Amino acid sequence: MWSLLQIELFKISRRPRTYIAFIAIAAIVLIFQFAFKADGKSYMNLMLQSVQDSFDMDRSKAINGYFMCYIILNTLLIQVPILVALIAGDAISGEANMGTLRLMLTKPVSRTQVMLVKFMASFIFTIMLLLWMAIMALLVSLLIFGADDMLIFRVKGDESQILQITKDDILWRYFAAFGYAAVALTVIAALALLLSIFAENSIGPIIATVCIVIVCTIISNINVPIIDRNVKPWLFTSYLVGWKGFFYIGTTPEGQPIPGSLENWPAIRNSLYILVAHIGLLLTLSVIIFKRKDILS
Amino acid sequence: MSVILQVNNLSKQFDTIKAVDDLSFSVNKGDVYGFLGQNGAGKSTTIRMLLTLIRPTSGSIEIFGKQLSTHRHEILSKTGAIIERPDLYKYLSAYHNLAIFAKMSGLKVTRKLIMDQLDMVGLADRSDSKVKTFSQGMKQRLGIAVALVHNPELIMLDEPTNGLDPQGIADMRNLILQLSHSMGKTVIVSSHLLSEIELIANRMLIIHKGKKVAEGAVEELLDPSKTMVLIETSNNNDALGKIGLLHPQWPAVIKGRFIQVNMDKSLVPQLIGELTGMNISIISVQPRHSLEDYFLSLTNADSHVEFIAD
Repeated sequence: MWSLLQIELFKISRRPRTYIAFIAIAAIVLIFQFAFKADGKSYMNLMLQSVQDSFDMDRSKAINGYFMCYIILNTLLIQVPILVALIAGDAISGEANMGTLRLMLTKPVSRTQVMLVKFMASFIFTIMLLLWMAIMALLVSLLIFGADDMLIFRVKGDESQILQITKDDILWRYFAAFGYAAVALTVIAALALLLSIFAENSIGPIIATVCIVIVCTIISNINVPIIDRNVKPWLFTSYLVGWKGFFYIGTTPEGQPIPGSLENWPAIRNSLYILVAHIGLLLTLSVIIFKRKDILS
Repeated sequence: MSVILQVNNLSKQFDTIKAVDDLSFSVNKGDVYGFLGQNGAGKSTTIRMLLTLIRPTSGSIEIFGKQLSTHRHEILSKTGAIIERPDLYKYLSAYHNLAIFAKMSGLKVTRKLIMDQLDMVGLADRSDSKVKTFSQGMKQRLGIAVALVHNPELIMLDEPTNGLDPQGIADMRNLILQLSHSMGKTVIVSSHLLSEIELIANRMLIIHKGKKVAEGAVEELLDPSKTMVLIETSNNNDALGKIGLLHPQWPAVIKGRFIQVNMDKSLVPQLIGELTGMNISIISVQPRHSLEDYFLSLTNADSHVEFIAD
């Protein structure tokens, strides 16, 4: 199994398309950083308009490395599923398209092993992407903008809120958020891998994955009670942005932030359970279907 | 000769199409077993079932005395294959392609092992070149290296001469003969190029529309008594009547400008003498005895009468 995984990672590392995702992330992050370096003050003024008088934080310090990373993740984690689908959607269909799938399956390796290894390789690729994001969005931002307390703008119900997290209470939240994002993106990888079994061309599964994510995201954002109760709790897209929960700091009844606390840990934990269940279900389905599939490519 | 592969009542149904229909045959150790059929006859489907790429609808496959369905890993570790095209990772070098599949075959990969194998197929000097820069013939040679790297006992080659130039075809023929005669391997080779099979196989199976049409030793299937003779005369209708009268045991029909007679080749001079003696001028006589004619005569027939020659 380990040697199969080594082979798989070697193949991924040698494909030029693998690096498209890393280049795309670097480009977007650098554009963000440049824009905020050049004119971040205007953005901050706009965001703080409603609380201009009551908020006592030094505005020049509000744009810092932690804040930048949060803004970038808010934007990027919507697009990253496409980048994950690019690799996972190609895992089986790409081999079928090249004709190497049939050669691979005439070797003494089980189909279950092949599928598990493809999944593990997609998972590792997802982790690498997130690490790259962490380096670019967090580390580089900290180098450019420095570290300070972080402001979180949040809409809760009908009211807008600004949460302030002290700088010594932030880093662990990023680690946790990246960990959560890894689980959420692994659902996308498992979905793309499942769809990849049915195609002999990688474009199909990649587009199908993106379409499913878009449709499910739209459903997740529809505010209709019957969907709220019966559909949304089971849709993985309802939990893709759950990483934000790590930045919603717990408060005292008087509204004072409690360092090291989370507003709703049980909700985050339940989201993780549902995401992990999705991964398990999609992977099990993939193994069963792949084992029964006739290789005609 | 011990049986290395035994197929019993193998069938495969794709939706409404029966690609392989109740096929039974056996391959002996050391055979070069020709697997013949027109395109769509069911050759590739059968070979894919032998390699577990396709699940049979019914029937059983036994290789090395063990059921394929329950001993897949063990059987595939002693089997090498090229299925249709030698498709490899085009973005990787010859060395890396071979190393990947050697590793998948359970081998401990060393540079020497890979280079020796590349040397065997004449690609040692191109070991670092990416496969996308290779000609079809070079890809085929690399495909052979991949199929043989783990020293398999049984080798399955599905249409191995597809896309090769005449030199490549000749090289492939020599390699198959070498594998069988010098190295004692058992080779199953499918093709629609029947002249190729005729030159390399000692036993063969002909299938048509998924069904077995004939199986047996090539020399038996090429028995002179089954020779077809094409005769062109000055009056074919008259000649056909005379042949029917003189030799009712020889099936004869008019095909285009020829009379096709199924007869023993050695009796052709006698027939010519008889016809010229009846004032029928002979324009041409073409004894046809190649496997291709035999194959075509069988597969063109509407009915499928099984013919077994051992």
